[in-house]
Amino acid sequence: MIKATGLTKTIGHKSILQNIDLNIPAGQFVTVFGPNGAGKSTLLKILALISKPTKGQVIIDGMNSNEKPEAIRQKIGVISHQTFLNDNLTARENLNFYGQMYKVPDLKNRVFDVLSEVGLEFTLNDPVRTFSRGMQQRLSIARAILHDPELLFLDEPYTGLDPHAIQILNGVLGQLNVKKRTVFLITHNFEEGFAMSDRVLFVVRGKIVYDGKKAAVNKDELKSLYLQKVEGAA
Amino acid sequence: MTVQNNIPAKWKYHNVLAWATFVTTAVAVYLVFMWVPNERIQGPVSKIIYFHVSSAWLAFFSFFVVMVGSIAYLKTRNLKWDIISYVSAEIGVLFTTIVLVTGPIWGRASWNAWWTWDSRLTTTLILWFIYIAYLIIRSSFPEEEKKARFSAIFGIVGFVDVPIVWMSIRWWRTIHPTIVTSGGFAMDPSMVLTLMVSLAAFTLMYFYLLQKGIFVEKISSEVALLKQRLTEN
Amino acid sequence: MDMLKGIRAIVRKDLTAELRTKELLSSMAIFAVLTIIVFVFAFDPTKAIVRQVFPGMVWVCFIFAGILGLNRSFVSEKQNDCITGLMLCPVDRSVIYFSKMTVNLIYMGIVEIVSLPLFTVLFNYQIPVKAISPLVLIIFLGTLGFAAVGTFLAALSSNARSSEILLPVILFPVMVPVILGAVQATAAILAGSPAVEWFSWLKILTAFDAIFLVVPLVLFEYILEV
Repeated sequence: MIKATGLTKTIGHKSILQNIDLNIPAGQFVTVFGPNGAGKSTLLKILALISKPTKGQVIIDGMNSNEKPEAIRQKIGVISHQTFLNDNLTARENLNFYGQMYKVPDLKNRVFDVLSEVGLEFTLNDPVRTFSRGMQQRLSIARAILHDPELLFLDEPYTGLDPHAIQILNGVLGQLNVKKRTVFLITHNFEEGFAMSDRVLFVVRGKIVYDGKKAAVNKDELKSLYLQKVEGAA
Repeated sequence: MTVQNNIPAKWKYHNVLAWATFVTTAVAVYLVFMWVPNERIQGPVSKIIYFHVSSAWLAFFSFFVVMVGSIAYLKTRNLKWDIISYVSAEIGVLFTTIVLVTGPIWGRASWNAWWTWDSRLTTTLILWFIYIAYLIIRSSFPEEEKKARFSAIFGIVGFVDVPIVWMSIRWWRTIHPTIVTSGGFAMDPSMVLTLMVSLAAFTLMYFYLLQKGIFVEKISSEVALLKQRLTEN
Repeated sequence: MDMLKGIRAIVRKDLTAELRTKELLSSMAIFAVLTIIVFVFAFDPTKAIVRQVFPGMVWVCFIFAGILGLNRSFVSEKQNDCITGLMLCPVDRSVIYFSKMTVNLIYMGIVEIVSLPLFTVLFNYQIPVKAISPLVLIIFLGTLGFAAVGTFLAALSSNARSSEILLPVILFPVMVPVILGAVQATAAILAGSPAVEWFSWLKILTAFDAIFLVVPLVLFEYILEV
């Protein structure tokens, strides 16, 4: 699904990513751990075609990111700690807008379906401004899965979520797993991040320092391995 | 940590350009003040044309280099091109300022007015504002990458704008003709020769200043890099 | 076709959000009216000189009010990082530019429809009936040029911390041809001059509009990079 070769990102004199090769087959659930400023978010932004690498190329579903960016974006959904929602519009208007941009068929029913999936079907005509942080995050999840993306990127989605929202997010992720969708998750949260993943990556100082199947280790081993790797690289 | 010390070789190269500039400028100054006859009607003040026209040429050439450097930067993302554009814009603004100062001096003597909204002078004034804006953009973005990218975008837009600014100002002047017209300026062959030598001297000076500017920028970015490494370790 | 649908969706979203708060449109309109009042105080409306500076005043009012709209058009997308949401959409980057430009064109059109009649009333200035259609054409071309280059540079300046200060400083020198063209053509039309006298301004405005609708097509994606 994702095939990245030689990804390097430098901003000014600062090197953010150093020659990263990454191959993620379709249907895999990848979780990325790493300290702050390690380049995780930059890696996600490059893979989600928000930002361009200084060197290297990204191929998603057989399409080169430089040649068919629009076709690739159609297959991608992103959930970040920012919601990408307009505060002055209602939940339904926000989703209608994104639905039009992604050319979602039968939009009216689809919007209702995803809103009920995140438990917001009764507040669909309220402006987002009046929503609590947790509700906004749930709406943001609905926004990201509205066009049924084959590939979902999540950048620290658990920050600021209440338990109810975490439950809903995990439900959505579980369904994606069942549907064999590819998921790329960045988190600090070992509990949540470890539960569903098939594969674990550690990114430290712009490099992938660990890449392993989940089956190889248990959670506590992973934690101590993580601390060891982070300290080893520093 | 080793610091490459390649300054001596660079200085040698700088000296070649420095001497060439010095000699041509000296010749130009000699020709302007000792050799070439005064223009018949305007008298000694007409000598300012050699500096005025040469500065205008240089300013325009600098802004052309800014555009070329900007395109090259956006294509290659090599900060070398950004430095060239930046230094060139600074030189361009400097020489535009000289045009805007010498123009009124010449104008006062020949048209009896400091400023006449003559189309060439007005276009130069707008050019000055456009490239001041370019420098302001640079100072508004502390991050090196943003600074380079946004100023490169503006460097292209600004230069694309120049011909249409020039045309609109010329049309504006033909609709509202000035009371004083710039009048003919009869150039005899000795004056043409002097002007050519001045143009050559100014062009050499441009490359000399460009090289010095690039050198200074490179050193300061090297210092910034070293500082960064020191704080990281 | 896809491009037009994308533009329509973004324009509709922006207008819906704006009509809910009317924050921007009301400040643009009030600012335009205030500018007119200032002009009334500054230039005695009973003096004949006013007839000569009338076109200039009209355009200064339009442009100053327009700057308010331009300043908001990309800064407003910073909230909740909506700009990243837009960049994720499967459309060409130029769709974002053209929709924002259309929104600015609509806002300025509304301000112009409100303030131009007010100008004629407060300055007791009668616009000849046969001047109306060429005037509308020139106002449209002038506003289009302003919105085209203004939206582009607003996107650029929105990345700076002091974007409201940066935008006018970088925008005004670049749009000198629009100011000159629009003011001169408006003056000629209001004076009842034959079309030949303002035709060259029409050409300048058209050329400027064409150039600054094409340049962003090429350069806009560089502005949106992160």
